[in-house]
Amino acid sequence: MPTHPFRDVAIAGVHNTVQARQLPDHDSTSIALAGVLGALTDAGISPHEVDGIVGPDCAHIALELGLGPCTRRPSSLGIPTVLDAAALITTGQCDVVVIAAGGAGIHVDRSSTAPWTRPTNELVVGYGLFTAAEFALMARRHMLTYGTTPEQLAAVAATIRTNGHANPDAVYHDRGPFSPADILASRVIADPFHLLDCAMTSEGGCGIVLVAAKRAAEYETPVWILGGASDSFGPAYTVAPVWDFRPRPDSDPAGMVGARAARRAFAMAGLTPAQVDVAELYDPFSFEVIRQLEAFGFCPPGEGGPFVEDGNIAPGAQLPVTTDGGTMSFSHPGISAQQLQRVIRAALQIRGLCATNQVAGVEVALCSNGGAGALFCDVLLLGRERP
Amino acid sequence: MSLLLPQLKGIPAPRPSLRSKVYWEGCRQHRLLYQRCAECGYRGLSAFTVCAECHATSPVWDASAGRGSLYSWTVVWHPPNPSFRVPYAPAVVRLDEGVWMMSAVIGCEPDALHEGMRLAVEFHPASDEITLPYFAPAIEGQP
Repeated sequence: MPTHPFRDVAIAGVHNTVQARQLPDHDSTSIALAGVLGALTDAGISPHEVDGIVGPDCAHIALELGLGPCTRRPSSLGIPTVLDAAALITTGQCDVVVIAAGGAGIHVDRSSTAPWTRPTNELVVGYGLFTAAEFALMARRHMLTYGTTPEQLAAVAATIRTNGHANPDAVYHDRGPFSPADILASRVIADPFHLLDCAMTSEGGCGIVLVAAKRAAEYETPVWILGGASDSFGPAYTVAPVWDFRPRPDSDPAGMVGARAARRAFAMAGLTPAQVDVAELYDPFSFEVIRQLEAFGFCPPGEGGPFVEDGNIAPGAQLPVTTDGGTMSFSHPGISAQQLQRVIRAALQIRGLCATNQVAGVEVALCSNGGAGALFCDVLLLGRERP
Repeated sequence: MSLLLPQLKGIPAPRPSLRSKVYWEGCRQHRLLYQRCAECGYRGLSAFTVCAECHATSPVWDASAGRGSLYSWTVVWHPPNPSFRVPYAPAVVRLDEGVWMMSAVIGCEPDALHEGMRLAVEFHPASDEITLPYFAPAIEGQP
């Protein structure tokens, strides 16, 4: 049997800094630095041992922590940077790699939505497009095709926001619990999305430490990368988000972005969706969770709405989803921090360290980033057992 | 009553790029242009220099008759910034020439929007330099 490509790398430490609506004493680099230090503390590793740094501010972090000479990968992606960081180790380029990101002091014009939700590309800017509207245009097609309902969307938002309500680390801790009726009673932002169907915005940072497998014995529960892959159809928020855009006639349309990535990730892991214990799905908008459940193979196309309405994604159910509250309730700091936070929560689920909504005996956790409205979607499978 | 209307000058206006300036110049003249691959007829989601299907490098600009059908839409009640007046209805329109384009529907109530709704292009200024194509319900029998 061939050796698994990520057999020789493990996730040794993860950390979320304090997350809040605003962190007035921080900028994005300083909060990312706090994420690095926290993740290294969790891993019991000194900054002097780090020889690879990945993330949007990696060069500044290398300078500030005195990491030079080191490998750097400036990238604002989420899950793809985890796969790239792992490869830096498995290919012998680095021994200890830290991925870090943070957002603070970016959203200063409070009369407008956060800047990363307001694309300025020439084909969309004049029509008042923003991320909620882009994702709504994809959701509408699913509703027209399959009869998916606002109540089903609200079931997703209520579940995830109630997860955040229970989580003391969530920015919107103690704001609930929420029923689908609460979601539907909030004001409409971009039909079919109500305010509570949408991600919030916040500030915060985070970090992830990867080490060569020979150090894994130092850890009670090292977290292993079982599989991962990414799909993209083009630049986000630049052209019309068309569900049926299908540049390869023999492959999935843009509305199913992530399906190919999931198939490849499961193939790499030698697993099926039924073997996933918890899914830390990226939740920019409620509908996106329904779409991902279908694209990743947790239910057939068109059945995501009934799947969530039947309670299958709640804590204690068949497939608990986004157990910390996600971007709707835990945090959404912009840049890539909120994407890495799906990976961090999945790792904490495997280590059994979640203070709330810990799923018992997690062997396999799936996490995702992106979504159809952004024309990209990344999938990562983490596990308790070395591949 | 909340009739969908074109936006007024003062919204963030598009900045044409080298490859799209023909499109925006067409809009100024109230002509809706789209690109087509001269070799295989492919139409893209935006201006292109290489055909995504046959990879020929000879796209040409054609004029659309300005008719199409409503493919997807949303009604925005809380805009990304205060310069937009609500409600407005960003929409993906499928032109009869087989082009998907981003636009917005005007000239009807939000409740009237439906899949396959027949639409006709209308042009309205977004700034002194930029004219935006919008779509309004097509009137039966008119070209």
